[in-house]
Order: sequence, then C-alpha cells, then structure tokens
Amino acid sequence: MRIIRFILRKEFLQIFRNKAMLPILFVMPVVQLLVLSFAATYELKEVDFTLVDMDQSALSRQITGKMQASGYFNLKEKTFDIDQALESMDASRVSMIVYIPHDFGKRMNSGHSAPLQILIDAVDGSRAGLIQSYSLSILKDLNQDHLAEVQMKKEGPRFRQAKSIRIIPQNWYNPDLNYITYMVPGILVVLVSMIGIFLSGMNIVREQEIGTIEQLNVTPIKKYQFMIGKLLPFWIIGMVDLLIGLALARYGFQIPFLGSLALILLVAGIFLIVIQSFGLFISTTTQTQQQAMFLAWFVMVIFILLGGLFTPIESMPVWAQQLTLANPIAYFIKIMRMVLLKGAGWQEIQMMVYSLVGMGALFLFTAINRYKKTTA
Amino acid sequence: MSELAIQTTELTKKFGDFTAVDRITFDVHKGEIFGFLGANGAGKTTAMKMLTGLLLPSSGRAAVSGKDVFTQAEEIKKRIGYMSQKFSLYDDLTVEENIQFYGGIYGLPDEKLQKEKNEVITSSGLEKVRNKLVRGLPLGWKQKLAFSISILHNPDIVFLDEPTGGVDPVTRRQFWEKIYEAANQGITVFVTTHYMDEAEYCDRVSIMVDGKIEALDSPEGLKESFSADKIEEVFIQLARSGKRGDA
Amino acid sequence: MSSFKGFVEKEFKQIYRDKRTLVVLFGMPIIMLVLFGFAIRNEVTSVEIGILDLSKDDVTRQMIQKLKSSESFEVTAYLENHDDVEGLFRKGSVKEVVVFEPNFQKKLERNAEADIQILTDATDPNLAKLVQLYTSSIIRDYVLDINDNAGNRQAGLVVQTRMMYNPELRSVNLFVPGLIAVILMLVSALMTSISITKEKEMGNMEILLVSPLKPYHIIIGKVLPYLVLSVVNVIAILLLAHFIFKVPFQGSYLLFFAESILFILTALSLGVFISASANNQQTAMMISLAGLLLPTVLLSGFIFPISSMPVPLQYISTLIPARWFLVIVRSIMLKGSDFMLIWKESLILLLMTLVLIGLSMKKFKVRLQ
Repeated sequence: MRIIRFILRKEFLQIFRNKAMLPILFVMPVVQLLVLSFAATYELKEVDFTLVDMDQSALSRQITGKMQASGYFNLKEKTFDIDQALESMDASRVSMIVYIPHDFGKRMNSGHSAPLQILIDAVDGSRAGLIQSYSLSILKDLNQDHLAEVQMKKEGPRFRQAKSIRIIPQNWYNPDLNYITYMVPGILVVLVSMIGIFLSGMNIVREQEIGTIEQLNVTPIKKYQFMIGKLLPFWIIGMVDLLIGLALARYGFQIPFLGSLALILLVAGIFLIVIQSFGLFISTTTQTQQQAMFLAWFVMVIFILLGGLFTPIESMPVWAQQLTLANPIAYFIKIMRMVLLKGAGWQEIQMMVYSLVGMGALFLFTAINRYKKTTA
Repeated sequence: MSELAIQTTELTKKFGDFTAVDRITFDVHKGEIFGFLGANGAGKTTAMKMLTGLLLPSSGRAAVSGKDVFTQAEEIKKRIGYMSQKFSLYDDLTVEENIQFYGGIYGLPDEKLQKEKNEVITSSGLEKVRNKLVRGLPLGWKQKLAFSISILHNPDIVFLDEPTGGVDPVTRRQFWEKIYEAANQGITVFVTTHYMDEAEYCDRVSIMVDGKIEALDSPEGLKESFSADKIEEVFIQLARSGKRGDA
Repeated sequence: MSSFKGFVEKEFKQIYRDKRTLVVLFGMPIIMLVLFGFAIRNEVTSVEIGILDLSKDDVTRQMIQKLKSSESFEVTAYLENHDDVEGLFRKGSVKEVVVFEPNFQKKLERNAEADIQILTDATDPNLAKLVQLYTSSIIRDYVLDINDNAGNRQAGLVVQTRMMYNPELRSVNLFVPGLIAVILMLVSALMTSISITKEKEMGNMEILLVSPLKPYHIIIGKVLPYLVLSVVNVIAILLLAHFIFKVPFQGSYLLFFAESILFILTALSLGVFISASANNQQTAMMISLAGLLLPTVLLSGFIFPISSMPVPLQYISTLIPARWFLVIVRSIMLKGSDFMLIWKESLILLLMTLVLIGLSMKKFKVRLQ
C-alpha cells in the first residue's frame, strides 16, 4: 500500500505540474458538456421552404398559412418558376419546395382528387424523413377538414359522419420530449471516457519513450502495484469529472434523478476501471505516444458512434447490435439513462453491470500481464 | 577468497541470428569496483541488462548477489541499484520529489527516507535547487543525483551504465569520489565507461569485443600482459580486432 | 533547397518506417467507414412494441395485424393491464405500448369514435416521436380504409413527395461525406500536432533550427507527408464509398479533390497551431483528441442537423472547419454542385487556413526569440 501511495503522489505531481493539463482535465469537459448538449438534437424547427403557388386560390393560401402556423416551416421565398426553386435547393438555401398546380383549388372544391407536390432536400435523410412526416400530417389534417366540409355541403343533412379514431399520445419519462434530458447523461459518459482512455493510454508508453520505465523496472516494485499506481490517479480524476458533470446535469440542466445516485457512482467506478485498464493495455502494446493515441482515438470513435449516444442502437443492423455487447460505453450510457431518467434499479441493470465487471477484470488482467518488467 | 557479488557462466543473449553477448564468464567480488569496457555495440549494455533482470538471457548461468537471474529476477532487484545510460529521473519532478519517489518505491521507512533525502541533497551540493525541477539542472548535477538515488536503498551492488558520459572533468572527478565512497561502504560497483582514465580507477577491468570478454584483470595486470603504458592502448589493441561497432 | 529536400525525405522515411502508425493511418479510416457505413442508421426499423388490447374484438385484431405487418415495428409483448407498462419500459424491452380502450369496436360503430392511447418511452425523444408518428400514420390509413369501404369515396388532397438527391433516404449517403470530414480533420490535425511537439520534446527542434533550414521549411516538411497520406486516404474512402456503398457521385472529381486538399490544409494548419501552443505531446494530444473529437462530430452537422440547434450554437458551429467541408462534400457528391454554389464555403476554409498559419507563425517566432 505504501508503495502505491508513492506512485500516486508522483503521478499527481506530474499531472498537475503541467499547467496546460488542468484546464484540459476539468474545464474542457464542463464546457463541452454545456455547449454540446444543446447541439445534439433532431428537433425539427424552422425548415425554410420555397412556395411555387400556381393556383393562387383561397385554399392554396390556407395551405401555406397552416404550414407556417405549425412552427416547423418558414416560407423563405415565393416564385412561379419551378427551376428557380430547384436552384435554391441546389444552393441549400431551402430544404423544401411546395408546388401547388394551378387548378388545385378547383379540383379540391369539386371533390376530385387534387395532386400537390412536395420536394424535400434529402441529403440529410433523417431530417428529410421528419420534414415529410410533419408536412404530411399537416396536409392530411387539412384535407380531412376540407373533405368533411365539402361533403356536408353536398349531402346536407343526409351526411353520415365518417368514423374516426382519436389518438391520445402520452410520452413517459420525458413528456416534453426534451432532447437535452436525453443527451446530457450520454455526453457526460463520453467525455469522462475520453479523458480516462487518453490519459491512461499515453501514460506507460510515455515513461517508455522518456526512458524512465527502465529505471522503474530495476526496482522491486510489483506489477500490480505499478498498475494500480497508474490507474488510481486517473480513476480519481475521472470520478471528479463525473461528479462535476452530474452536479451540472442536476442543477444546471435540471435533469431528473429518478434512480439512486449511489448506484450510478458504483457503476461509474467500475466503468472507469474498464476504460482505463483498456487505456493501459493500449499503452503496453504500443511503442510511442503517437501510436498509442491514434489507437485510443480509433477505439474511442468506434465506441462512441456505436454506443447509442447519437443514433439509437435499435436502428443498427443485428450484427452491429451484437458488437455493442463488447462496448463498455454503450453499457454505461444505457445504465445512466435508465437509472437517471427512468429510475431503474439494480434489478434492471445487473446483467450489464456484470458484463462491465467482466470486461474490467479482463482488461486489467491483460494489461498487467502485458507489462513486462523483464523482457525476453 | 571473498564472497562473490556477481557470478556468470557462459552467459549468452541472442536476438534472432545475432549474438549480442557470447558465452561470457566472469566473477565480481564483493566490494570491488569492476570496470566493464568495450566499444560501442560490443554488448556491454545487453550484458548489464541481463544482470539487472531487465532482460532474460538466452542461455548460460548468472547469479547476482547470490540470486539466479532466470528465476529470481525480482529478488535481485531488491538488492541492486541501477543508473542507466539514458537519463532516467523524472524531469518534471523536483530534486526532492525524485528522491522521495524512488526511496518510497524501494520501501524506505518514512524517517529513514527523510534522513537519507537530506543527506543526499547535502552531499551532492543540491541544497539550493532541492525544490527546482530536475529539467533545469546541468547534466553533471543530474548524474550525481541519479547516482545518489541509485544507492539510496543501500544495495549490495550498483550498476552504472556510462554514468559520466558528457560530463565535465571536474564533475567526473567528483562523481568518482562518490563511487569510491560507495565502495567503501561495501557496495559493489559495476560500471561501464568510455573514459579510459576512469578504467584506471577500477579494481579490475574487463574488455568486451564482439560480445565476448577478451581480457579481464586489474588495470596493472592488463597493462603488463599487453605491454602497454595505458589502458587506452590495451583497449585500442583489442577493439581493433572487433568486427562490429565503430571503435 | 537541397537541405529542405533531405529533410522532407527524412520525414517520409520516419513515417514509412513506423509500420504500426501506417496501419492505423490507413486501416482505421477504412474500417471506420465500413463499420459506420453499415451500422449507423437513423431509420427506424423493427422497433419492439407492446400491445395492451382491452377490447379484443375484430377491429382491434385487424389493427394489431396492421401494426405487426409494418416493417417499422415488431410486436414483442402482449400486456394484460396498465400496470405492466412501467416494468417493460424500465427494462427497456419495448419502446411503445399501444392501448385499445375497452369496447373499442362497439364504440367505433355506435359513436363513430374510439380512443387509442399511444404510450411511448420518451427517454429517447427522437425515437419516441418517430414511433408515434409511424403508429399514427398506420392508424390513420386504417381509418381511411374503413371509411372507404363504407362508401366514403376518398378524394381531395393527394400529396406526392419527392426526396431530392437521396430518393431512398439512405443514411449511408448522409454519413459517408460526414465521415470523410471527421477522419480527415482528426488524422491531419492529430498527426501533425504530435509530430511537431515530439520534435520539440525530444530536443530535435533546436537542432533543426540551427540548421540552414528556415522555420517554415521545417513546418512544410512536417506537414507534407501527412498531406500526401491524407490525399491517399481520401482516394481510399472515395473508392469504398463508390464500390461498396454505392454512394452516388454527381459532381466533378477534380473539384472534389481540390476542395479536399483545401480542407486537409485547414486541418494541418490547425495541427501546426496546436503544436505551436502546446509544450509537450501530452498536451497537444489532449487538445487535438479530447478537444476536437466531439465538437467535430456534433457541431459539424455530421449527425445532428445544424438547423435544429439553438441559434448561439449555430454561430459557434461556424468556427468548426468540418461544418463547411461537410456542406461542400455533400453538395458535390449528392447534388452535383459546381464551384459557383460552394465558393462561399471554400472561401471560409481558405480564410481559416490563413488565420491559423498566421497565428502559428507568430507563436513560433515568440518562442524562438
């Protein structure tokens, strides 16, 4: 224990002596959490569109009025030339074109089918899907009202009311569909993981590059003492970062903490060991800091993008979903969201925690094993 | 006959086809200053790494302080000190912090650590810079500090790999005074060097050529058998016959 | 000039010898592209949902059948009462529960009106919203159907939507340009910043500075190999995108490469700037990795549309070079835009590059004096 204490002291001295490191470790994650949490949203708002209204009827005006009133669409320009409208879309000035043919109103009022075209810039496919769904639902509502009106006029009192099904939506856990509530825990996990894996990934290979590792290797220090001494400082830094982040989430972002904070901290502790042992493992397999960082970066990008932070894991193909079984970040993000937002308890998350423990043991064991005080 | 600090028999290290150290056999007595000479690339550092437990030998036998290098490397590490060719203190730690760290790693009890720390700092004349980062010290000071730290835990043997490389003559002299001091305390000193005048300070000297030990005797004995005035002449005679290295 | 040539050769050799880094440099972008090209999806398919049918009549059975046959959903749980919903949501085993009220068919026939509750697990608001939209549209279609059968001929508004540039709404088409930007940004910035700080840390910088080489020679020499490597990476990614993912390429290849080189230069000068500001590798790496990764992914429009962000963030995102390059790549690849449509973005990248180079020159000079 005493020896570990000395290593700890040394690591902390070294980390904090580098003046540039303090802000990187504690300020940068906070700033990123604050800024990026607002960025991660699919909320659709203010889609600029071009109107090509060849009809100029009361009905066509009603359509544009409804679209603007929905709050999702913003009439940016009007034209009678479809080519000009397409040019605007080519230049990314607008994302949607609404084309209303000239006998539109007449056909509608006479009870005929009246076509109307919507062109959507689908370069961003997910956004295009949302634009489509929203515009369709506005237009369909309008159509239904209009049809009923026309029919009423035509058939008078004989009009038999069409059947309708009322849809009553209810969003649990996040009734306002607030994206920030969902993203903050996930981004926090990613930030803490990055700090952890990069710091630990650089560490041993750095001593190797400088040459101090040899001096350590001739000392009677035990391998496990060395590894724990290397792991613990980053673990403590990671936990501090996490606590700052959680405080920010609770009091800054007003995120509900439905579940137990102790449970989150327990899982966080295990998770950090997993991530940092993995970093140390990378550190023992590489020869220069450059290599180590590149490898760590690569793994990190995969973990993050396949971690369900930005795109739902459910949408991935099956093989990719299976890959996430080996992704500690995916587990922790999921656990964070379940416990904080849904109030899940030990019962619901225990399997994932066991997986994390397994991974941690594996990585730590391999890292200790890979580190050789005596080379062959 | 005194006890043996180091004893090797046919110790060999191969890297693939290349035999870096070729069946070397020699003994080092307790308390002696043993000079380990050889041209660049002759295999000195490799041999030293095997003896310090950093590198596993390919074949042969060796015991350091009575412990086997194959099976008891970690035991050996408790009993030796080592100062490598590459400067190996943490240059982003202060003088005191370095001493504190290595002392702690070797398990010195707190009180003793404090005492030793002050002693090292006074004896190396580092009082004024004790709270300065090692990075800013002149090389000679750093080397003196590194040596003091390598014998902090009072080891049986200390291995010095070219400890005075790039150091000015005055500091080199001071450095050797410290080596003698250590030897007087009963620490066996195993030292490699390129300075032939330093070889004269040793009790016994071995000269490696192409992975083999070609000569081993006291400086006087060597000069006599090679009918030379200086060790330097002996060295040049032997090293010329070597095929590798640049000497 | 010959000493400069020698220096450049040395840089190339050093990189070439470091086989591991080479493997990472070339292999990883490719693996990443393949992985994400296939794995990242925004489309919602086979979302697991539950049904709570309190009526169990012909109409509800028909509607459940409709839900089951939709590609978007997979009905994995049939609940018996309301209290079971909580447990399922908590475990995360279903994302939505569709509740049919008791006497559904009777109400529909007698009052021409019946209620369906759509309960969603809205921890993921986006998924919840999409799932809800899809379910509603299935229900709406069903209503139209039954009314049709009852003699209410469907007429009126017929909406024809056309998805421009990406008619099948493939996520790959969206993510490949994004990945090019992210990979180039990080590879170039990271590698140069490390490579230069390493020379500084090892003390080689001083040796180089006393040589006849001018400081800008050194920088160019450091940057050149990575420029070449990055261009090779671009080619590799492009080939993959074309042959494996069948991402359309509408525009000019020449323009694309010119723009790529411009963006690589921006990233490289960012790397130079970082190394001019950082005193050791550790700091340089932490800045270029931990500092760049998330902002590049999040603020560039790679995954989340910039138009969805709050206005202040939209301004901040203008500082992210990848944002502009992303617009350029998407325009060229998917829309076939020519230079006239993207000159503004190109100009911004050029300005960024110049500013970064200017700033690093200043920093380097200060250090040398």
